[in-house]
Parts: sequence; C-alpha cells; structure tokens
Amino acid sequence: MIERRPFVQKILKNRQSNLRVVSGLGTSTWDLMSGGDDKANFGFIGAMGQAIPFALGLAMAQPDLRILLFTGDGDTLMSLGSIATVANHPVTNLTIVVMDNESYVETGSQPTATAGKTDLEIVAKGSGISNSYTIKNEKDYDRLIKTIYEEEGPSLVVAKCQAKATPLVFPHSFDGSVSINRFMSTLKS
Amino acid sequence: MEGAIKDWRNDIYKVFKELEITMVSHVPDAGHTPLINLCEKDNEIDVVTLTTEQDGVGLSCGAFAGGRKSALLMQSSGVGNCINALALPNICRIPFLTLVSMRGEWGEFVPWQVPMGLGTPKVLEAMDVKVFRADYKEEVGSTVDAAARFAFNTNRSAAVLLSQKMIGAKQFKNG
Repeated sequence: MIERRPFVQKILKNRQSNLRVVSGLGTSTWDLMSGGDDKANFGFIGAMGQAIPFALGLAMAQPDLRILLFTGDGDTLMSLGSIATVANHPVTNLTIVVMDNESYVETGSQPTATAGKTDLEIVAKGSGISNSYTIKNEKDYDRLIKTIYEEEGPSLVVAKCQAKATPLVFPHSFDGSVSINRFMSTLKS
Repeated sequence: MEGAIKDWRNDIYKVFKELEITMVSHVPDAGHTPLINLCEKDNEIDVVTLTTEQDGVGLSCGAFAGGRKSALLMQSSGVGNCINALALPNICRIPFLTLVSMRGEWGEFVPWQVPMGLGTPKVLEAMDVKVFRADYKEEVGSTVDAAARFAFNTNRSAAVLLSQKMIGAKQFKNG
C-alpha cells in the first residue's frame, strides 16, 4: 500500500513546468495542498463527480500542457460514465490518478465499491482507456512519472493507498472564484 | 439541413460561431439533432457526447479554465441530473451556458416527461441559473445570443429553454 501524502508530495516536488494539477474533492485536495501553495494547482472542495469531466475539458483546451488529476475512488465511482467519455474523446495529455483507499475516509471510513468487487483499472480498460494499470507501492513512482509526462494518454492509474485519515491542508482560498482565477493566470488562452 | 426551409438551429449555430463557442457537449435529444449535426461538420467545434448531462457542466468549466467557450445541449429530463454539478460554475464564477429542449409541456405524449418538464425552470432557478426561454422560431437566435452574452459577460450560468411548442411534440405510435 502506498502512503499517499509523501507519494503525492514527491510528484509535486519534482514537477515540470508544463504540468497542471487538478484534484477531486476531499482528501485528494488536502494532499495536493500539502505540497505547498502553487498557482498551477486547482483543487475541488465540492461538486463530487465533476473532477474527471473538468480535467477532460481542461486537457482538450490546453493540448500543449500535461494535465494530472488526483482524485479518490469515491469521486471516481460517482461518475464512472465520465471514464467512457474520456476514452472516446481521447486526449493524449491527461493522466488520471485514482488514490484508491477503498473507503470514504472523510465521513467515517465507510467502504466504497472498490473495497468490494469493483476494480477501477478494469473499469477503465473496459471503458476504452487501454493505458490503465494499478500501483501498490512507492517503487512504481518512476513508472507513474513516465506516464504523466511522456506516455500518450489518456491514462488512468489506480494507486492503492492506505485508508488512514491525514491532516487537512487547506488551499489558499475556499472561494472557488479566487482559486480558479489564480489557476487560470498560469494558462495561456 | 432541411432544404430551403430556414431552421432555427442555424441561428444558434451562428451565435456559436460569432461568440467563438468551440466546444459543444450533449446527451442527445431529437430537438438538438440538426444543431449537433452542424457542429459535427465544423472542424473548429469539438462535439463531446456525454453519458450524463452533469458531466457537461464539469467539462464546460474545465474548458473555460483552459480558454475555450462551450455550450451544453440537453433535454429537460437532463436538467435534474445537473443540480449539484451546477455548484461548480456558481462558486467559481465560471460562465456556463446550456440550451435545453423542453419536454412535458406542449402536447406531450409521454407522462414520464412531465415531472422534470414542470421542474426544469424551478430547478435551474434554485441553482442560481438565469433562465431564458424561446417560444417562437423567430426569437431563438436573439435569445441564445442574449443568454450567451449574459453568461460570458457576467460570469454566471444561463439556460435557454427551447419550448416544445416550437420544437414540435412527438406523437408515438404503438406497433
């Protein structure tokens, strides 16, 4: 199992200038913010299920950048159909990393479907995202970095991680308009 | 298009071109089909077929963050699917435009269409979406133009309800 926070922080610490990072609501956003304030990040704090379609729209609009989405299994399960949409409107610059802790940690660690019989890698492959795989420990870091920066997407990587609660790390602002405008200041339209 | 007959979807398409709307997402509805066909023939417009209408909200917001304007096409039954997703453009003050083909109002055949047809304007207004409505073909272009300018100029969400009276109520035949 991957210890999610240091794993995410390592990716952020070594980030390249062409990377923009989006996170789904909940722990994924606190993970992203734990790497330090960076205008090139945008974290959801609500609108569950919308992170994947948002990242798709962003990737379509910014084909010269690499787009990385960190999100959780709960957020992903809410919008499984969006994986099919990503697969069928292929963008080569999008990597979705599902931090799969098999539980709704923020609400009391109730098990998600991935704690049961559901495998998001198979869901992604069955939806048509052929570049999909599961990582289970930190040794897979280099493979993931290659996917994020070099491989032809879209890619969906399931990162199996520990289901322990981590400290909340808040973004620069909870006001979405502040967050999105800071993020947009790093993009050329 | 339908020969020499002027189709109001052409007027919507013209607004898209004039306002540089280059992404159109949809869960298809027969009322939108001529417009979808026009957009698909246009190399400057990306057409994204969704599996659920709410994903069009997120897609549209991500595209706008990246510098592209878009519109979501759906039937009134899809509006209910979008409720929580509409928090995203609302709280981020991202312009959001949707065109809704109405069912369940004018000569409707299918009773299952009525609840969401009745609920559509209330649901949109409950989520702070400015609701415009076109009942006549002659007013479609100006209404969509006004709604799009409202959305993109004021960073708000706007919907245009395209009335069933104008689209035409489909009468089903058994067998």
